[in-house]
Amino acid sequence: MKQVHTLDRVVIRFAGDSGDGMQLTGDRFTADSAVFGNDISTLPNFPAEIRAPAGTLPGVSSFQLHFANYDIMTPGDRPDVLVAMNPAALKANIADLPRGGVIIADTADFTKRNLAKVGYAANPLEDDSLADYQVHALDLTGMTVEAVKPFGLSRKDASRAKNMFALGLLSWLYHRPTEGTLAFLTRKFATKPDIRDANVTAFKTGYAFGETTEVFAVRYEVAPAPMPAGRYRQINGNTALALGLVAAARKADLPLFLGAYPITPASDVLHELSKYKRFGVTTFQAEDEIAGVGAALGASFAGHLGVTTSSGPGIALKQETIGLAVMTELPLVVVDVQRAGPSTGMPTKTEQSDLLQVMYGRNGEAPVPVLAAQSPSDCFDTAVEAVRIAVKYRTPVMLLSDGYIANGAEPWHVPDLSAIAPIDPQFATESNGVDAKGEPMFLPYLRDPETLARPWAKPGTDGLQHRIGGIEKAKDTGAVSYDPANHDQMVRTRQAKIDGIVRDIPDLVVDDPADADGNTARVLVLGWGSTYGPVTAAVRRVRNGGRLVAQTHLRHLNPFPGNLGEVLRAYDRVIVPEMNLGQLAMMLRAKYLVDVHSYSRVRGLPISLSELARDLDAEIDALSGGDPDLEPSPDPADELTTLSTEGVPA
Amino acid sequence: MTTLDRPSTTPGSTPRSGIAGVPLALEPLTRKDFTSDQEVRWCPGCGDYAVLAAFQGFMPELGIKKENTIIVSGIGCSSRFPYYVDSYGMHSIHGRATAIATGVATAREDAAVFVITGDGDALSIGGNHLIHILRRNVNVTILLFNNRIYGLTKGQYSPTSEIGKVTKSTPLGSLDNPFNPVSLALGAEATFVARTIDSDRKHLTSVLRAAAAHRGTSLVEIYQNCPIFNDNAFDALKDPSTSADAIIPLVHGEPIRFGTDERLGVVRDAATGEFSVVEVSEVGVEALVVHDAHLQDPSYAFGLSRLTDAGVLHRAPIGIFRDVSAPAYDDLAREQVALASASGGADDDALQSLINGGDTWTVG
Repeated sequence: MKQVHTLDRVVIRFAGDSGDGMQLTGDRFTADSAVFGNDISTLPNFPAEIRAPAGTLPGVSSFQLHFANYDIMTPGDRPDVLVAMNPAALKANIADLPRGGVIIADTADFTKRNLAKVGYAANPLEDDSLADYQVHALDLTGMTVEAVKPFGLSRKDASRAKNMFALGLLSWLYHRPTEGTLAFLTRKFATKPDIRDANVTAFKTGYAFGETTEVFAVRYEVAPAPMPAGRYRQINGNTALALGLVAAARKADLPLFLGAYPITPASDVLHELSKYKRFGVTTFQAEDEIAGVGAALGASFAGHLGVTTSSGPGIALKQETIGLAVMTELPLVVVDVQRAGPSTGMPTKTEQSDLLQVMYGRNGEAPVPVLAAQSPSDCFDTAVEAVRIAVKYRTPVMLLSDGYIANGAEPWHVPDLSAIAPIDPQFATESNGVDAKGEPMFLPYLRDPETLARPWAKPGTDGLQHRIGGIEKAKDTGAVSYDPANHDQMVRTRQAKIDGIVRDIPDLVVDDPADADGNTARVLVLGWGSTYGPVTAAVRRVRNGGRLVAQTHLRHLNPFPGNLGEVLRAYDRVIVPEMNLGQLAMMLRAKYLVDVHSYSRVRGLPISLSELARDLDAEIDALSGGDPDLEPSPDPADELTTLSTEGVPA
Repeated sequence: MTTLDRPSTTPGSTPRSGIAGVPLALEPLTRKDFTSDQEVRWCPGCGDYAVLAAFQGFMPELGIKKENTIIVSGIGCSSRFPYYVDSYGMHSIHGRATAIATGVATAREDAAVFVITGDGDALSIGGNHLIHILRRNVNVTILLFNNRIYGLTKGQYSPTSEIGKVTKSTPLGSLDNPFNPVSLALGAEATFVARTIDSDRKHLTSVLRAAAAHRGTSLVEIYQNCPIFNDNAFDALKDPSTSADAIIPLVHGEPIRFGTDERLGVVRDAATGEFSVVEVSEVGVEALVVHDAHLQDPSYAFGLSRLTDAGVLHRAPIGIFRDVSAPAYDDLAREQVALASASGGADDDALQSLINGGDTWTVG
């Protein structure tokens, strides 16, 4: 009889060669955990190379999954369990595993040659170098090949099902439901019955192996997390973003036109939208980034909702056309799924270093609203808001996501389409002025007095023929103008239009719970975009340690919420964690003359919550002169390992 | 990888006109209807005036509503063109007009879309977009004003300038081989490629007529004189004393024959496929090439385009090199959307279930 231990949370990292199917394995475990009702957060981490040389460190692909019985904010800093399919996977990931952590290794790949490839002089599974860990060295490949023998596959094809064997074993170990994965395999390999049967068999055999083997004395349970009532699904950022764009286009009753060029990590938005043609979505895979945004702007001029999606290097190429969109004052949504730069940088790794590029990376005074999504599911809401602003204010809007939330997944309380407010494109239908002869005429730059937005006249509308372009416009008429006073006025008006969007932006809310004595924090942590998860988790930990800290998070980077200056000035110290060298910090200092402290990490990975919590402790203590009674914020309080809890015989 | 047939490639479908789907004007329009209130500001004597006049004179002939006409241009002298036509227009940025027009044309089946561009705009900075609009065959008519010089930036050599061109940026003569725009377009398998001359209003109009009727991308190269920075570049073709021997007229179904007293003609070497100019008296009329603009194989038209002088222009074929029917990208793209929409499941409920996804669970 196996024992069952109950845990609050577990972090598993699946690691193997890029060809070992670790992403798929992680995806399936995530889906099964989500359906089971756990809160989840994931971090896929893979090389840019499609197939780096087999068995090498650069070829290691991993997928980290955090699942819990409460609401979690991050995929976890360090795994509790490492599944290593080869020596490279072990070597690349062992440093992240805390002492006492579990290693499940496939011994089949621990050959002399593979060990030598990554610099192991001896097999670490056989010497005592892993004595501090709980090591389960199992011949996953051998057992898989044996199990799928009846299907007559080559050894190579048979061994490819080893990831499903591992998934089956882990599914048993953590009490995961199996129906989802079985249905998935049946669907995925519907046209290849022998491959389907081999994968299903490998998965079931892995599960049964856990049940019967003596290797695992204990299996674990992580109960469902309490969540608000409603319908849930698992979602990653790129899918949420695509769905948000489609939903917003529907709410605006506009056909959606996407012009895009493939680029990591944004391509999945193009892939998703390409599947939604039935909702009036046209996707145009352009010859380059410039043509992608150009065609999108052309579609906007033609009365469609133009959208372009890319990442940093592509945005750099699009900037001239975005400037044209600023000048022609047409709706356009520009999505930047940021990645580590500069130049090609690290395409599959995350960063937030395009903020200044999207704010200031164009020639001339070319202000553009900037929004940033804070989590995978938040990409949906941010996309809807980006479309709303673009259409209402006739402006290109920059939507920032990044590789972390684009590929990471979480449960999503599915929104009700009917609860999303309609977006009215308010196309111009008639003339709005008179010419010198008193005849009606169309003034394409006559602005709405409140929003300063210009009319959007769809080609084909009789009497509203007009010409727009990149040359400076005369006020109202839009005719070419080199008049100094007119240029001054137009530059200021374009800026005022964007600044005026602040009226649609809710004031920033600060989370600053008082302690028992009614004291509030002196330190404020202000994040933006995808740092929301790690920052929130770190703040929780700091508070659990008995310290006071306030937190707030920016979705609107341009314009800022109207009360931001007031918020910043209310604290003795403002700390701004960012995955760049302090870009938001610089903007805040410039605009508000507040001495914000930049907390900067550019490792291509999300900010580590435990490191941030420790550093926040130090900042708070330094400011208060240090409280001798306070210990460092405790690790296990929220996001760290709680492997041993009450054991319950099953 | 899987490949699927394009929906519109079913044999037997008849080619549509380039303006099919564009609503017709309720009453006849005139040249004046296509004239905007903007003062035309090209240099005196610029060939652009003649092209604008020919265009404005021709447009009423199409019979379409002017508000369904969209003109997109890039940057350069000729790209000011949209300001002078009372239609919808965008004077965009350097080299990108063809990319922007691709979005416009794909979004709007009910619009006649024109691109106005020059040799620098289309062939240098915009060369990539040009070859891609041509290979896609987007339903757009491109007027490429070729004056073989940069005018707006005041006289640097262009990608169509002859080798050795002395300009401000090449005081010792330019070094690079020029593009032949017609050859380039045919290399990209453009479905309609023609060349005409700014000063020959009648021929220019006839080419515009055929280009507008063609469904897909029509590329019209217009030899256009820049009186300031490259005057007389096309004199050999324009001067009545030399033009007969300089212009090789391409007329579909006619033997290619020209020169004083039609003494010259074009023959094609059966073995190499190369075209050459010969004295008709030496080979006989039967040996001459009878022009066929409808040949599917673009190498025929490409071969003809090589009769153009690469250096200082003394001789060039003028007319429609190629006019073949092929599916237009924008038609196909709209058809995919229409077919997907027609298959049902596009209402709000369907969108809600798309958002819900396949694997959902319910709490509470």
